[in-house]
Amino acid sequence: MQPRAGLFVTCLVDLVRPSVGFAAARLIEAAGCDVIVPQMQTCCGQPAYNSGDRKTSRTLALQTIRAFAGCDYVVAPSGSCAAMLKIHYPKLFADAKPGIRAQVADFSSRVHELCEFLADVKKLRHLPGRFNGRVAYHDSCSGLRELKIQSAPRRLLALVPGVELAEMAEPEACCGFGGLFAERYPGISAAIVSRKVDDAARTKADLLLAGDLGCLMNMAGKLAREGRPIACRHIAEVLAGEMADPPIAQGQNISTTAGACKT
Amino acid sequence: MIPSTSTFPRNAEEALVDNRLQAALATLPGGLVAQRRAAVAKVPEFEALRDLGREIRDHTLQNLDGYLKAFEKKATAAGSTIHWAGDAADARLIVHEICRAAGASLVVKGKSMVTEEIGLNAHLIENGIEVVESDLGEYIIQKRGEAPSHIIAPAIHLTQDDVEKDFRTYHTHLPASRLLPDAESLVAEARAVMREKFLTAEVGITGANFLVAETGSSIIVTNEGNGDLTQTLPPVHIVVATIDKVVPTLDDAMVLLRLLARSATGQDMTAYTTLATGPRREGDRDGPRACHVVLIDNGRTDMLAGPLRDALRCIRCGACMNHCPVYNAIGGHAYGSVYPGPIGSVLTPALLGISETAHLPSASTFCGSCEAVCPVKIPLVTLMRTWRERAWSGRLTSRTGRLVHALWGYAATRPRLYHLLARFAAAGGGALGRRRGAFRRLPIARGWLSARDMPAPQGRTFQQLWQETQRGVPR
Repeated sequence: MQPRAGLFVTCLVDLVRPSVGFAAARLIEAAGCDVIVPQMQTCCGQPAYNSGDRKTSRTLALQTIRAFAGCDYVVAPSGSCAAMLKIHYPKLFADAKPGIRAQVADFSSRVHELCEFLADVKKLRHLPGRFNGRVAYHDSCSGLRELKIQSAPRRLLALVPGVELAEMAEPEACCGFGGLFAERYPGISAAIVSRKVDDAARTKADLLLAGDLGCLMNMAGKLAREGRPIACRHIAEVLAGEMADPPIAQGQNISTTAGACKT
Repeated sequence: MIPSTSTFPRNAEEALVDNRLQAALATLPGGLVAQRRAAVAKVPEFEALRDLGREIRDHTLQNLDGYLKAFEKKATAAGSTIHWAGDAADARLIVHEICRAAGASLVVKGKSMVTEEIGLNAHLIENGIEVVESDLGEYIIQKRGEAPSHIIAPAIHLTQDDVEKDFRTYHTHLPASRLLPDAESLVAEARAVMREKFLTAEVGITGANFLVAETGSSIIVTNEGNGDLTQTLPPVHIVVATIDKVVPTLDDAMVLLRLLARSATGQDMTAYTTLATGPRREGDRDGPRACHVVLIDNGRTDMLAGPLRDALRCIRCGACMNHCPVYNAIGGHAYGSVYPGPIGSVLTPALLGISETAHLPSASTFCGSCEAVCPVKIPLVTLMRTWRERAWSGRLTSRTGRLVHALWGYAATRPRLYHLLARFAAAGGGALGRRRGAFRRLPIARGWLSARDMPAPQGRTFQQLWQETQRGVPR
């Protein structure tokens, strides 16, 4: 019997870009797992946690943990949400009864960010995707600095035929998203994302990739506002070859070189 | 003129359109950040050194009372007079009294953030004492009537052109036709102006990077040598330091100094590292006649007892702000507080109360770059989140924000309702925005839209589509 991998969809993928969810599911299947999508999941609770609302965070954490009971793995196409599930859930229950603490620790030990899961847990050697072009990869902060995911996405991209990785000067610099930060301090956020998209533009990449839809919406939104030609996609879309939908923040009537999967 | 923390968003907006400031800030990545990277790369054991630094600081804070008493004993034996100050006002009174007793009309100062924290200069000047900052950066901003914008590079918000202009304005006793083409000529001019102050001041005031319990010494690090002149030439030397500055031994101090110089300026060692142990002894050729150490609490004991203790590990290198995307965007003054950047966003609410300062811990992307470079591994993001929790439970955040949050929380904890609402939102957003792919205007998310487009939803939620595929409906 194949291991059961629960897909933690993330609220942004669910609402804004379901194609990333299907790409993730396809990749998890390619890694030899049965994909389970619990309907009782909503949000990991990070917006509440980072707003200082521990009560709602705990409620959402318990809801998530219950939703994924019986899954051998919990896989999220987001370093940010995965870090919440893996690193911050145990902190939220540090003062709880031993039974609950053990339950949370057990859940967190099964959580993986998608790229890390594919490259390091399942050690995937072949991927369904192919893409002819230059791509830049943005290391989103939580995945990089909390989960230490740096080489996994790059090793996976190296497995995709046709992909040429063009590194930014500062791939590890924050994009300025920061969840509600982008809405609360728009000027500061804009200054930070300007630096980021300038860096991306200098790579002359066709596609700007990242493992987090939040960062991608921020960078793609900025690029769209400035009318720059770099397309943005979640890395799972390229790895899975799920590229029929237009890039993030681009319309259906716009076709760029990176708009469709070139085979 | 000095912005307040409570107006942080406006301060930040002004900083973002200040071209002169932006030009100065643009030098940070290639300056202090690149210098640190190069220095750290040369020390393979740097990571282990950080762990050791953290252990030393944790051990000291765990036993702070004992080490403070030990320091007091050794420093007193070396001839220093120890003064204990509960808060900023106590500290100002103590320092002023020492100056008055010394008959001081002129005080020279080495760079010291704690004297900024307690507002010492203004107090002494109000009481008729001239105060001259001897660190070049501090000297420049003192002339300009500004506060430091960085804890180790106080004038980092200025360019060389600004300084040349300032010197021509302030040093009117020098010929207007003189040439000041480079940094060296500016330093030479400042040095000449300051030399006279060093020789005539009755009191020299410095901070302390560390206080060594083992020997009763204070340690200062500088690159200009001004600190040494400040503490050796005037007849009276006052060391002003908060109680968290103590370290157990000289060996411990050496570990922290290795971390400090590399993290701050990317140097293996600063140009001057000076230990001062009491006043001039019998047979010494120089040094002050009297030495005072003012040990200030000002909220540290409260921090020690609570969840913010880890912030007291700080050795004031400034690496957290150098690597902070927010600090890089707006500089130090916009924070409106003595300590800017991530460590400031943790310390300032402890010093001034969270109700006036809630913006500081809130204005962070939580990117974690600060933690990644902190030489003593302070969990800055966790500590900022602790302040957000206090702001939340104290209902200090905006009422609209809390209402939106409550509605979201209500739905998110009811999955069936949530998925239904998500379907509506995806369908509505998709129908309106799918053709263009992004929104330029919406009745919500004004902040976001002021700078960038909002990507439109694809039209249906993942949950909805997934359930259909499970039932055999093709996507």
